Amino acid sequence: MITWTRPDLIDLQDFTREEFELILETAKSFKEVSAREVKKVPALRGKTVAMLFFEPSTRTRTSFELAAKRLSADTLSFALSSSSMSKGETVLDTAKNIEAMNVDAVIVRHPCAGVPGLLAEHLEPSVINAGDGCRAHPTQALLDMFTIQERLGRIEGLKVGIIGDILHSRVARCNAWGLMKMGAQVTLCGPATLLPIGIENIGVKVSCDADQVIRESDVLMMLRVQKERQQDQFLPSLREYAKVFGLNAARLKTAKPSVLVMHPGPTNRGVEISAEIADCANSVILDQVTNGVAIRMAILYLVLGARESSRKQK
Amino acid sequence: MRLLIKNVVVVNPDAMGNSPSDILIEDGLIRRVAAGIADADALVVEGGGWLLLPGLIDLHVHLRQPGREDKETIETGSRAAVKGGFTSMVCMPNTDPVLDNAMLIEAVIKEAGRVGLVNIFPAGAITRGRQNQELTDMFELKAAGCLAVTDDGTSVANSRLMRSALEYAAMVGLVVMQHCQDPELSKNGVMNEGEVSTILGLKGDPGISETIILARDIELAGYLKVPAHFQHISLRRSVELIAAAKRQGIKITAEAAPQHFSLTQDEVRSFDTNLKMNPPLRTADDVAAIKAALSDGTIDCIATDHAPHTPEDKEMDFDHAPPGIIGLETAVGLVGTELVQSGHLNWPQVAERMSAAPARILGLKNKGFIREGADADLTLIDPDCTWEARKEEIVSKSKNTPFLGRTLRGRVKLTVRGGKIVYSELP
Repeated sequence: MITWTRPDLIDLQDFTREEFELILETAKSFKEVSAREVKKVPALRGKTVAMLFFEPSTRTRTSFELAAKRLSADTLSFALSSSSMSKGETVLDTAKNIEAMNVDAVIVRHPCAGVPGLLAEHLEPSVINAGDGCRAHPTQALLDMFTIQERLGRIEGLKVGIIGDILHSRVARCNAWGLMKMGAQVTLCGPATLLPIGIENIGVKVSCDADQVIRESDVLMMLRVQKERQQDQFLPSLREYAKVFGLNAARLKTAKPSVLVMHPGPTNRGVEISAEIADCANSVILDQVTNGVAIRMAILYLVLGARESSRKQK
Repeated sequence: MRLLIKNVVVVNPDAMGNSPSDILIEDGLIRRVAAGIADADALVVEGGGWLLLPGLIDLHVHLRQPGREDKETIETGSRAAVKGGFTSMVCMPNTDPVLDNAMLIEAVIKEAGRVGLVNIFPAGAITRGRQNQELTDMFELKAAGCLAVTDDGTSVANSRLMRSALEYAAMVGLVVMQHCQDPELSKNGVMNEGEVSTILGLKGDPGISETIILARDIELAGYLKVPAHFQHISLRRSVELIAAAKRQGIKITAEAAPQHFSLTQDEVRSFDTNLKMNPPLRTADDVAAIKAALSDGTIDCIATDHAPHTPEDKEMDFDHAPPGIIGLETAVGLVGTELVQSGHLNWPQVAERMSAAPARILGLKNKGFIREGADADLTLIDPDCTWEARKEEIVSKSKNTPFLGRTLRGRVKLTVRGGKIVYSELP
C-alpha cells in the first residue's frame, strides 16, 4: 500500500485510486474501534483538533468530534456566524487566532467555496474541509463511498444516480470525483434549473428524467432540496418537485430490488424522500452516519500523520 | 521654458516615422517635429531612439477619492498613471459620496490640478447616488467639467431610464458610458458561469448578463440615433453585437481592459481574489475574440478599469472580496506582450487604441496625435524592454494585481503632460 502524504484534506478532485483505497481500508479498521466496549484508541493522544464552523451543522460537527475523541485527541469547537466577519475580522484572522492556541488540526466548514484551501495555504496545522460552499465536502463523499463498498462489495462498474439540487450541492460534486475515479458510472439528475452549466464535461451523465435514473441505478443518492429554492425562482413548488423528482414507495418498486437508498442528511421527508423510504430495507441512511465516524477517524489519523512526517523532514 | 526631446521615433495613429526625429515643445504645445532640431535654451532630453506616442488616455480609472483614500487618492492614482504612461484619464464616480453633482466634480478637478501630474476628467454619475431612480443634473455636470457620465460598477438596468439618459446626455453633449451587466442574471455571481464555476462551486455570472444589456442599449442608441459607449467588453458575443451595430451605422464605441485579453477563467482555480473582477475573466475563446476586435477596431480602445483595493479587502474569501485589479502601471507592458508581440497590433495601432480613439470619444480635439500645434502630452516607450512586474515598484496605493511576477515587454521611459516632464526613467 502507498504512504499517505497529504497534510490537508481540501477536495477530492485530484485524488488517485490508491489514495481512495487507503482511506477506505484505514476507515475499515477504525470502524471496529467504535464497536468495542471501550471505544477509544490512543492514536492521537496529546493532539488538539479545533472545529471551526461558520455554518450551522450538527451531524458533521458531532461526527468529527466523536472521531477525534475516539482517537484520544482533545477537541474544541467554535460555532461562528459569517457575520462575525462583518466586525472586520477576516476568516484568516479568526483562523490565525485559533492557530495561536497551538492546535494540530483545524476542521473548517464555511459557506464560501475556497476558504479551507485559503486557510491551508496560511496555517501551520492540518486543515480538513468539512464543507465549503457548493464546492466540496470530502468526508461526506468518502463515507458514501465507504458505505457503498461495504454494502455492495465494490464501487467499480456500479451505476450511481444522484438526484436533487445539483447546482448547490458540494456533496454531488465531491461524490462525482470520488466515484468516477473508483470506476462507477455517475448520473446527476435534477430539474434543469438546478443542474450547473457544463457539469457533463467532468465525465458524468446528466439527466432530468428521475424515473429512468431510479430504474437503472444500483445506488440512489437523494439530495436535500431547500425551501429557499422556491423563492429563488428555481422551482415552481416543492410539491411539484416531490412529485417529479422525489423518491416514494411507488417509484422504489420500479428500481432494482438491491438498490441502495442514500441521503447525506438531514432529510426533508415528504420532499426528496418519503417517510416510508427513509426507513425501508434499501435505506442505508443510518449506516452512512455510523460510517461517517470511521471515515473521519481515518482522515484525522492520516493527515496528522502526514503533517508529522513532513515536519520531521523540515 | 522649452523642452526638446531628441532622437525618438514618432508614432502617430496613422503613421510611424522611419527614422528618429526631435520634438520641440513650448507653452504646453508641440512646436516642431523634425530631425536635427537645435535649441540652446531648451531643456534637452535624449530619447534613446525609442517610440514616442501621443500621451495615453485611460477612459476607465477608479481613484477612490472621496471616501476610500485608504485604497487610492487622486495623488497616488496620478503617480501610478504617469508611471504607466497616461497623460489623461477619466475617473469613475462610484466614490463615497457618489460624484453626482457639480460641486463634487469641481472638487475632484481642483485636487487633480493641485497634484498637477495628469489631466483628470471625472465622469459624473448617470443617476443620482447611482440609485437607478433619477437622472443627475447633466448640464451642471458638463459645466463643472465632466465629459462623460456613467453608473460604472452597475448597469442602468431600467430600460426607460436608460433611454432618457441617452437622449438627455446626447443633448447636453456628454458621453454615456454603460457598464453592461443585468443585475438579476448576475446576482451574487463572482466569476464567469461555465465549466470552471461549476467545478469550483462558485456562483456564476453568465455572459448573457453582459450581452443582454449591450444588445438592449444598442437598440436604444439605434432607435434614438444617439451615441453610446460600452465599458470593459469581455465576450466574443459582445464583439459580434458591436460589429453588427457598427456595420449598421449605429454610433457606438467600446473599450476592453488588459485583463480581458491577458487572462482566462481557468486562473480562478487558485481562488486568488486578485482574479476576481467585474466583468469576470472569461474563456480562452473570448480572449481571442477581444484580441481580434482590438486588432480590427471593432473595440475602439483599451481602458484599464484600474480598481485599487486594500489587502484587508482582498484577503477575504472569494465570495466576499471586492472585484477589480489595479491596471495603470501594467497596461503598456501587457499591450506590448499580449497584443504587439503576438502580432495583433502594431505601435501606430497602439497609439490609436490608447490615445487617439479615447481622445475622439471624449471630444478632446487637440490630443491623440503628434504634430505641430497639438497638446504636448507624450509617452516614450522602449518597446523591447522586458521587465518583471514587482510589488515593490508599484506606486499605486494598492497592490492588488494578478500580474506580479510576470515578465512584460514594453516599458514607459518618459511621460510628458502639457509640455512638462511628469515621469522619467531616463538617466
